Amino acid sequence: MAGKGMNLTLHVWRQKNADDKGKFEQYQAKDISTDMSFLEMLDVVNEDLIKNGKEPIVFDHDCREGICGMCSQLINGIAHGPDDLVTVCQLHMRKFKDGDTIYIEPWRAKAFPVIRDLQVDRSAFDRIIQAYGYTSAHTGGVPDGNAIPISKVDADKSMDAAACIGCGACVAACPNASAMLFTAAKVSHLGLLPQGEVEAARRVRAMIEQMDAEGFGNCTNHYECEAACPKGIKATFIARMNRELMKALPKGE
Amino acid sequence: MILDGKCPTGPIQNSWDKHRFDMKLVNPANKRKFKILVVGTGLAGGAAAASLGELGYNVEAFCYQDSARRAHSIAAQGGINAAKAYPNDGDSIYRLFYDTIKGGDFRAREADVWRLAQVSNNIIDQCVAQGVPFARDYAGYLDNRSFGGAQVSRTFYARGQTGQQLLIGAYQALSRQVKAGSVKLFTRREMLDLVVVDGVAKGITCRNLVSGEIESYWGDAVILATGGYVNVFYLSTNAMGCSVTANWKAAKKGAYFANPCYTQIHPTCIPQHGEHQSKLTLMSESLRNDGRCWVPKKKEDCDKKPGEIAEQDRDYYLERKYPSFGNLAPRDIASRAAKEQCDDGRGVGPGKRGVYLDFQSAIDRVGQHTIAERYGNLFDMYEKITDENGYKQPMRIYPAPHYAMGGLWVDYNLQSNVPGLFVLGEANFSVHGANRLGASALMQGLADGYFVIPYTISGYLATVKPGSVKADHPEFKKSQEEVNGQIDKLLSMKGKKTVSEMHRELGKIMWENVGMARSKESLTLALKEIPALREEFWKNCDVTGGPGEVNQQLENAGRLADFLEFGELLAKDALHREESCGGHFRTEHQTEDGEAMRDDENFCYVGAWEFKGNDKEPELHKEPLKFDNVHLAVRSYK
Repeated sequence: MAGKGMNLTLHVWRQKNADDKGKFEQYQAKDISTDMSFLEMLDVVNEDLIKNGKEPIVFDHDCREGICGMCSQLINGIAHGPDDLVTVCQLHMRKFKDGDTIYIEPWRAKAFPVIRDLQVDRSAFDRIIQAYGYTSAHTGGVPDGNAIPISKVDADKSMDAAACIGCGACVAACPNASAMLFTAAKVSHLGLLPQGEVEAARRVRAMIEQMDAEGFGNCTNHYECEAACPKGIKATFIARMNRELMKALPKGE
Repeated sequence: MILDGKCPTGPIQNSWDKHRFDMKLVNPANKRKFKILVVGTGLAGGAAAASLGELGYNVEAFCYQDSARRAHSIAAQGGINAAKAYPNDGDSIYRLFYDTIKGGDFRAREADVWRLAQVSNNIIDQCVAQGVPFARDYAGYLDNRSFGGAQVSRTFYARGQTGQQLLIGAYQALSRQVKAGSVKLFTRREMLDLVVVDGVAKGITCRNLVSGEIESYWGDAVILATGGYVNVFYLSTNAMGCSVTANWKAAKKGAYFANPCYTQIHPTCIPQHGEHQSKLTLMSESLRNDGRCWVPKKKEDCDKKPGEIAEQDRDYYLERKYPSFGNLAPRDIASRAAKEQCDDGRGVGPGKRGVYLDFQSAIDRVGQHTIAERYGNLFDMYEKITDENGYKQPMRIYPAPHYAMGGLWVDYNLQSNVPGLFVLGEANFSVHGANRLGASALMQGLADGYFVIPYTISGYLATVKPGSVKADHPEFKKSQEEVNGQIDKLLSMKGKKTVSEMHRELGKIMWENVGMARSKESLTLALKEIPALREEFWKNCDVTGGPGEVNQQLENAGRLADFLEFGELLAKDALHREESCGGHFRTEHQTEDGEAMRDDENFCYVGAWEFKGNDKEPELHKEPLKFDNVHLAVRSYK
């Protein structure tokens, strides 16, 4: 099913490095098949730029099947673009029309400084996980996997939260650049399981403290994060995290 | 040279336990004096770095991605095998061992495979303790599904995202060690050389992918967990950044490359749609639990809509050819069968390179709701990519390069022939023989990382003096100069073709001549075309940008330069192996009904190649394979 050819006008954010001010540059994307992914469209534009002796656009990408969480672009102001429940790499050009104008920007957040063009530094997320996004199980010396039954409802709910790919769309979509959905997803993924519940109070405190230290904003219930999340993670997990924090504060361990 | 895998002797059931006892230990107080470098943070590397850090070693971990959570292990969908036998269906460590040896077409080492099967159960326990949300039944116990090449249900899963959940488990364990200060993490770093001092691995040279700086890191041991090389085919199911570079640089420093011709072509991928395609998308093999593969019996039906083709005009070719395994035949067999149907002119979809995967009878049997519960995310993914609804019409699938069984040669301790260099996961050659069974890659990565290397590396470290060579050694400077030299060379060629154009050309040569079916003729042609393309690359490629900045073209060009050398070795290995086994199919060696024909008399060995220079023939070293516990037999899935 050979897709039809489209011509598009792109305005792409170009920024040499973190110190550069950056600006939009205009490019033409010609004869783009509707079957292409958005990144394949950018590949074509980049090939064209190289052939004309210009610097190709830098963007993060890797698995190109929507699971590694590397790709991160704001397309016409929407994190990961106009389609629901996909990352940029799984956004297909059939979602656009011939003659469309498309604005492409990096994630915008104080805690995610731009490295170059569309590429940003998301190491703040790693530091939130390092703060306590784990169970303290040692390698070896753990009981049989069936020793503690876990209700299917809890396991499924935990999995809903664990589906987070750490792409940062929630931060990019939030008017406050808040990382509450990301943090809440990890707090809930682990807190819903008996293995993670043991350390739940310490975890939620440490992770929220780190989240604040990284310069992410607060949650003011816009729900933009949930709308942008390519994995459909629900904002109700934020409420759950707040509850867990309220329970944890008086414990003081 | 005849290579020695240093496998333990005696009854195989006790071999790993005995070996663990026989190995030397490093005193807990001395562990922190040793520094270990771990390259790659997928399942194998992440698990190894976390476990070694926890033991008290000083660990430095490296990955090219922006975070240790993104390695391509994350993309594995279907599941992870273990011999738990929870379903009471006759599974055992012995059966998992047997299935893996047989599935690998008798080209793997028995002792390594036994160990893998033995520790498989510990992996599940470990992951549960880390909070991996495996699928569970209403009683609260772990659920299992079936996978290709097995007649028992031993696959544990977390929806269609098992690899992601296991990797996040390892990443969390790793993060815990980063917090504890035992692991230092270096992201956006690409290893571009192995530093060898007096024949012993002592460090690596990396490029900082943000600043462009060339950096030296010393270690008392180096662990490569750098994945597979099937991006040599350009289009594959691997991530865009997957490359042979770390392995190939090590090979150029003396590490032997074993069985490079064993590549796996995965049967259930979404067919190619166009010229500008950048990758092929895999859908979990678990789909074959409920999906039935078919093509029209008559060529003239191929252009019809699938719904218009009557039941009696459909050829369920896997069920016809392999009645006892049916749609769950191993990957190599299922892939070749699909190719055969298409070669016969009965393929479907664009270019007639596709077969149907039909869920109608499963939907009739258990309802669409249940099918959606099992595979919902895969149906969604299929629809996103193809714009077709897999519940309403059969999916179209076609095989695609997916996994490398070959890799750097290692002994039973996972140590390469270069002392101090250890290789884990897909990057080594050890357990999958000539074909890997589904849900076994995750098992191997985590087995190597959590439960093998923590033991075997101490046997080596106990024999060396910690910190005896540091980054001020002249070999580090020499290595930096070599790396800088190659970068300068890449940036100075101002040709007419782009890096991806040339990678596509290499991929075409490899796929057409060294792909699913290989012949003396096609391989000889490839061996002429690859060096010619390599020569053209160094004259006619254009790499934009400079060395001291983010430069993705330079990264890709370096990886392609290595593929252009390695691809030749892959073809050479395929040409030398005058037999068909597993994923390596030589058209000259097949039975009358088109099945692979092994030659155990002449080829029952591991072929490990020593690099001697691009203009020189590599030298073949052999490690004979012995089968004391599994009867060496013709593999049958009929």
